Amino acid sequence: MKILHDTRLMFIRNMQHTLRSPVFVFVSMFQPLMYLILFMPLLNGLGGVPGLPAGKTVDVFIPGLLVLQALFGTAFVGFSLIDDIRTGVIERFLVTPVNRSAILLGRVLRDAIILLFQCILITLVAIPFGLSINIYGFLLSLLLYALIGITMASLSYGFALIYKIEDPLAPTLNTIALPVSLLSGIILPLALAPVWLQDISKINPFSYAVYATRALFAGSFSSIDIAEGFVVIGVLAILVFLWGLNSLKKMAS
Amino acid sequence: MIETKGLRKTFISKGRGGNKKVEAVRGIDLTVRRGEIFGFLGPNGAGKSTTQKMLSTLLCPTGGEAKVLGYDLAEQQEQIRQNVGCVSQAGGADLSSTGIENLVLMAQLYGVDALTAKKYASEFVERLQMSSFIERPAQSYSGGQKRRLDIALGMIHHPQLLLLDEPTAGLDPQSRAYLWGEIKKLKADGVTIFLTTQYMDEADKLCDTIAIIDNGNIVVTGTPEELKSSVGGDTIVFSFQSEETARKAETFLTEKVQGARIQTKDNTVRLTIKDGEKMMPELLRSLDAQNLEAQSVMLSRPSLDDVFLKYTGRSLREDERK
Repeated sequence: MKILHDTRLMFIRNMQHTLRSPVFVFVSMFQPLMYLILFMPLLNGLGGVPGLPAGKTVDVFIPGLLVLQALFGTAFVGFSLIDDIRTGVIERFLVTPVNRSAILLGRVLRDAIILLFQCILITLVAIPFGLSINIYGFLLSLLLYALIGITMASLSYGFALIYKIEDPLAPTLNTIALPVSLLSGIILPLALAPVWLQDISKINPFSYAVYATRALFAGSFSSIDIAEGFVVIGVLAILVFLWGLNSLKKMAS
Repeated sequence: MIETKGLRKTFISKGRGGNKKVEAVRGIDLTVRRGEIFGFLGPNGAGKSTTQKMLSTLLCPTGGEAKVLGYDLAEQQEQIRQNVGCVSQAGGADLSSTGIENLVLMAQLYGVDALTAKKYASEFVERLQMSSFIERPAQSYSGGQKRRLDIALGMIHHPQLLLLDEPTAGLDPQSRAYLWGEIKKLKADGVTIFLTTQYMDEADKLCDTIAIIDNGNIVVTGTPEELKSSVGGDTIVFSFQSEETARKAETFLTEKVQGARIQTKDNTVRLTIKDGEKMMPELLRSLDAQNLEAQSVMLSRPSLDDVFLKYTGRSLREDERK
């Protein structure tokens, strides 16, 4: 099928770009590692408050930390697209009969794979800190992280295609990523939040992802949180990707 | 190969004081014939690139219609993309990749398998003499080398029609001459070329047909020769030994050549005439026969600069100076 053929070509091209300077794959893991080493110990002292069972703070914190990585690790991929727009690479692709979705799919899949690599590394680093995981739950949760990554990367590319310049891109994405990460109970559980804050968090799709991955890490496969998380993030990923694709097609108007 | 009727593009530019309509292309009709180099000549901002982007499906026209290779621009974009080659002003080579990686990927995007793509790529590496640098990342290329890669990227799928947007802008004279040679070779291979340029000499040397575009309108179309003779022909300047001879020559020439403009100043006679090149030997012989021997003679042909001036009221070079 043409879309698969073209997506594969675009994926390889973008992955080659990333692998040419692999150090950045590690640089963008700096933030979660800092949280892991310099912030997580603070939580140990809080063990026993609502949402943070004593002695299990690591198990609650790490799934959320990976959501944070999925949000911020992929939020700024749009910058690479602006570079490609400026040098005329995107226009050169667009004059060929290449499938339009493939141009974006090849990028977001690359971003998702890089994200999964980072998630696995961070999880491995967290094991000495006392993390205990259900391996099947963990593997399933990777799929959810990938969907979050696809959502954020599509958002980033969508804005990159609208702005076509760097300056407004970072502020826009920060303005979106920061509140949704605070409202998903990543740093501290939302069980601690006042009722109004809990209510707002219910309209934040990423809070469902945090509940779902916590349930998956714990191996609570019967939890309704898991299905909810996949449905909410799955639908969101599709919608945001289609919006990004629309921005690409609008370049021709 | 290309036929447009009333092709139009209006941009809405958002600015202070509300939205403003910018009419980049105001309804152009043009016909590009098979096998020719069609020059689209005009200053910056005249609408050349906008037209080229519409023809390559990168921009949706606001109005009018166009057929490219017989395919309808509004309905058959896939076929147009598959069969037209396109080199934009920016070029669009992926600078951190090598030239060969760029070429192979481009061929694959046109749907050929990896092996054929490599074959196509090496064919163009040889044809455009790029083997000395093609394995290096494109960011290390000189202007001329990068332009060669850009053209190879546009030609990689062997299209019958190539759209070239300002192929030699900003290049040194040697690279320009080299590219002109390559463009002529493409034509000899049967490729039809639609070339936008702001250089008079380029249009004059390369093109079979020229359309001059100014401010979104085509002001005149014709062969370089037609356009130049429409300005009023060539100028022949005879100089004689004395003012007296010159005046006698003037009288003689006025009778001999009907409809020419003749001016005499001191010992020179200026004659503006069509086909000056062909007329000159005969005029010299008949002047000799009258014992009116010219000491020197000079022929100057009208340039496309004169053509541009005549049809737009401005000189193209004035625009460049702004």
